Amino acid sequence: MKLTETLTDLANPTRFLALTARILPWLAGLTAILLAIGLYQSAMAPDDYQQGATVKIMFIHVPNAWLAMFVWGVMSVAALGTLVWRHPLADVAAKAAAPIGAAFTFLALVTGSLWGRPMWGTYWEWDARLTSVLILFLMYLGLMALWRAVEDPSRAARAAAVLTLVGAINIPIIKFSVDWWNTLHQPASVFRAGGPTLDKAFLWPLLVMAIAFSLLFITLHLAAMRNEILRRRVRSLQMMQASRVTFTNEASSGSGAGNASNEIGAA
Amino acid sequence: MSALAALIRRDIRIALRVGGGALIGVLFFLTVTVLMPFAVGPDLALLSRLGPAILWLGALLASLLTLDRLFTADHEDGSLDLIVMSRTPLELACAAKALAHWIAAGLPLIIATPVLGLLLNLDGTATLAVAATLLAGTPALTFTGMIGAALAVTLHRGGLLLAVLVLPLSIPVLIFGVAASQAAISGPLPFGTPFSILCALSLASLVIGPFAAAASLRHGLD
Repeated sequence: MKLTETLTDLANPTRFLALTARILPWLAGLTAILLAIGLYQSAMAPDDYQQGATVKIMFIHVPNAWLAMFVWGVMSVAALGTLVWRHPLADVAAKAAAPIGAAFTFLALVTGSLWGRPMWGTYWEWDARLTSVLILFLMYLGLMALWRAVEDPSRAARAAAVLTLVGAINIPIIKFSVDWWNTLHQPASVFRAGGPTLDKAFLWPLLVMAIAFSLLFITLHLAAMRNEILRRRVRSLQMMQASRVTFTNEASSGSGAGNASNEIGAA
Repeated sequence: MSALAALIRRDIRIALRVGGGALIGVLFFLTVTVLMPFAVGPDLALLSRLGPAILWLGALLASLLTLDRLFTADHEDGSLDLIVMSRTPLELACAAKALAHWIAAGLPLIIATPVLGLLLNLDGTATLAVAATLLAGTPALTFTGMIGAALAVTLHRGGLLLAVLVLPLSIPVLIFGVAASQAAISGPLPFGTPFSILCALSLASLVIGPFAAAASLRHGLD
């Protein structure tokens, strides 16, 4: 009940802007501190007995990959908010999340291929996990293209919401692709039945980095949502101004035509 | 039920009529297949190895090309609004339209496959395998493509946007379609495994496609 009340309160964009203006500096500071701790711990983590120093790519790669899927999940919830509850900020949230999610997916792919070169001997392999993440990246880009293709944001929002929910089918496929198709990418070693198989020396930095990246996403997302709200306000102000200019012109040209007919009448 | 049958009959008749454009898909399929030997060279051994992939890619692009017509023509003459407002559930109407579209535009592709297989130096088994996988897989292409077609018609944008939205969704169908054909031709996998996943993809899209398309039409049309 409390949560729904808060969500209803946030439906007012002005209240949302005021609240986020207060929260954002704290979030940004916390993100910076956690990122610094995480990066320090990652740098101090011991080398792997087999992989050497390249194991440290994991501390960047894995949080990016988690966030790539998590952001699509956030967008799916926002899509439900658009289609079912008609929450006014849901489509703002969905639109703002798409480029951030695309960036996380891109970074996961790049760091993964940089890690794959020394470990697997190839930058790219058409393995199930890699392919499904690439499809996720393409779908992020398609979604962004959809947002850009339509001028009216509320129209684009409903179309994007349907596409987001259809695309959400890909998320479990990515998660379980390493179990269903036993190919190159290693299976899950943190979130698995029977506890993580990762050593504590690697697990702690990874968890700190994961929390730091999640906070980074929340910070960027809230900031992007603020920008989107302000952009929409600017847009509606511009449209109001444009319609006022048109009306004035019509009025003046109308009176001009009236004068002309008067003159004709006089002639 | 009779309303749906009437809708299917009407859509097929419109698609096969002059100006309907369903058969352009087959022509496009033929052209793409003929283009490939010019691109990779007329080496018959290579062509018979690439054959299933070429045929699948051609069929995928051909079905994408005709998808634009699924809702656009009805939207332009206003009959789409009547379908949305009618008492038949919109999901069923969407499914009927997609079925009609598949019969008019998808089946000819499968019928053309043996002829095109000859051009690519495929033997009997290979042609049969490709035709069977296309028969099982093209419904998935039509029914997932319908989601993109519905989005495109509510946004008054077609063409490239439709392709960008639909192609990522059709990648799994392509993967398992080609995998099943290759399995039938050269192994080592049994034909049944990828083929049943392909059938599963078609059945799943049969359920998801109409609901997503109906949701997008209901929310998007004004």
